[in-house]
Amino acid sequence: MRPMPGKTLYDKIWDAHVVDTQDGEAILYIDLHLIHEVTTPQAFAGLRANRRAVRRPDRTLAVADHNVPTEGQALGVDAVADEEARLQLQTLGRNVEDYGIEYFPMGDIRNGIVHVVGPEQGRTQPGMTIVCGDSHTSTHGAFGALAHGIGTSEVEHVLATQTLRQKKAKNFRVRIEGEAAPGVGAKDFALAVIGEIGTAGGTGYVIEYAGSAVRALSMEGRMTLCNLTIEGGARAGLVAPDDTTFEYLKGRPATPKGGGWEMALSYWKTLFTDDDAVFDREIVIDAAAIAPTVTWGTSPEDVVAVTGKVPSPDSFTTPDKRASAVRALEYMGLEAGQPITDAKIDVVFIGSCTNSRIEDLRIAAKIAEGRQVAPGVRAMVVPGSGLVSAQAEEEGLDEIFRAAGFEWREPGCSMCLGMNPDRLTPGQRCASTSNRNFEGRQGRGGRTHLMSPAMAAAAAIAGHIVDVRDYL
Amino acid sequence: MEAFTRLDAAAAPLPLANIDTDQIIPKQFLKTVERAGLAKGLFYDFRFDEQGVEKPDFVLNQPAYKNAGVLITGDNFGCGSSREHAPWALMDFGIKAVVATSFADIFYNNCFQNGLLPVVLKAEQVAQLMDEARGGNHVVSIDLEAQTVTSPSGAVFSFEIDPQRKQKMLQGLDAIGETLQAAGSIDTYEMKRALSQPWLEGA
Repeated sequence: MRPMPGKTLYDKIWDAHVVDTQDGEAILYIDLHLIHEVTTPQAFAGLRANRRAVRRPDRTLAVADHNVPTEGQALGVDAVADEEARLQLQTLGRNVEDYGIEYFPMGDIRNGIVHVVGPEQGRTQPGMTIVCGDSHTSTHGAFGALAHGIGTSEVEHVLATQTLRQKKAKNFRVRIEGEAAPGVGAKDFALAVIGEIGTAGGTGYVIEYAGSAVRALSMEGRMTLCNLTIEGGARAGLVAPDDTTFEYLKGRPATPKGGGWEMALSYWKTLFTDDDAVFDREIVIDAAAIAPTVTWGTSPEDVVAVTGKVPSPDSFTTPDKRASAVRALEYMGLEAGQPITDAKIDVVFIGSCTNSRIEDLRIAAKIAEGRQVAPGVRAMVVPGSGLVSAQAEEEGLDEIFRAAGFEWREPGCSMCLGMNPDRLTPGQRCASTSNRNFEGRQGRGGRTHLMSPAMAAAAAIAGHIVDVRDYL
Repeated sequence: MEAFTRLDAAAAPLPLANIDTDQIIPKQFLKTVERAGLAKGLFYDFRFDEQGVEKPDFVLNQPAYKNAGVLITGDNFGCGSSREHAPWALMDFGIKAVVATSFADIFYNNCFQNGLLPVVLKAEQVAQLMDEARGGNHVVSIDLEAQTVTSPSGAVFSFEIDPQRKQKMLQGLDAIGETLQAAGSIDTYEMKRALSQPWLEGA
């Protein structure tokens, strides 16, 4: 008899969560359900209409992040100027109260971007299944958790049943091997991967990131990498937990303590891909070959090394890709063949669930220290949570940023998607540490170049896109 | 959820790749607590200029396509944000099916929760539908039972769809009700888990 083939990390987590199978669809148990104000009101309305309860309020955590203004949060929800945003936040407040769900409201130091708060609180743990009505839920995969975004109907389904109906995805391993050059980090890795596979290259897969360059990343770096997995179309990204993971988790508010910690740890140590496991697809990327990377167009796959030039639409193979490239160049106000460093910057945004954690802010502050934001550039730093903000202030990072001419703001999703008042105006060009450069994403007519916190800080100083390696 | 069986409707061509959910429904329309009424925000930046005036060249603003029930589009439709407002807005506008060469995962799932049929066809079939939809007759027929799309000229293209999803779509079934039939299995799973991974109990 042939021995059973080994399992991937994804296989192991999947198998441990299948409750039942109906009509060829697995009913997958969900360990942690994160919720926020934008994608839940209709789900709670559905529960009420059908007189259904929330099955596990204790496995659910709510934050206010998408809509919140990044100033004056201590005044509370009633002070939010935007009437619709205020109603949405009030609705969440009412829903969590009615159903007994823990909530970190606006102004609570524990509040912040949902994908910063979950890990920071130790709610996110290895081996878990985690969902949220937000596509960047893939972030939590950094801990070796199976985590992905869902729609509002599925939010309602998870609230009512603590399960999700799913078909299993295929296994895709991305190995990033070798040592990255100074000034190159997780954001550059992620953009390089998306540039390689394309924005739909991961569709139908769960990606496991492996290789020496991934192992060398901090938890913050791994979160950045997994966060951007959805921009490559994959359902989720995973990094197997290791000592870096356990070190990060130990002592956080919701992680197990004492005997529970030891028990959890022995389980977490079983969460790795077996040597003889088979992947449906695998690519290997040389970390040493990755330069600081930015986007030139309106899709996250439109990447170019900072030393490179804006590509010509003729270089694309299919007619609809060529049409999209022509449209992107026009929208971005760029010309084919132009060095990307020619792009003059109006706004710099350091923040979002991709890059607003303490390490991101430390890296950006190091570039900003002792320098000045270029005249005419508005540069803002939006920490990912109240606790990140407090930590940064304790380390004096806020002072470094202010002295260099950056705005130091209160936590939230902010200009990543511009649902709150932080928005680009038409034609403004932004160096952004966020995750999407879609048309109008940061404000109608706004032009977004995605890059790392170090690159964004350097762009703020130079007033145009610039190679951060000249600033190290 | 409304059942989807068969549709005969005008098809609007939108020949772009990677149309993301921010394009389908921009952020300013997400601040609602309702599902209804999102048609006004559908493809807002494509449909309207900065003064809120209709752009006459956008396909859904042209008289022939104002009542379109089918959208024909390029690769990776619906990528980006998980916002279910995207299928809600399409449905509210009157679009009941989207034909594309591929869809993004979360959007594809969201369609089935709402009775919006996502149809995947080969690139040359999508190109032919796109061309024909630009002509004088742009009515296509979609038969979910038979899994076919019939072009205005009568060309018939078959498409693949998961059989369970098809059945639910044909009957307009609610997923929560179905899952709750397995409530016993969920109870058992939770009891076993409370013993094997007690640290997950009591946050």
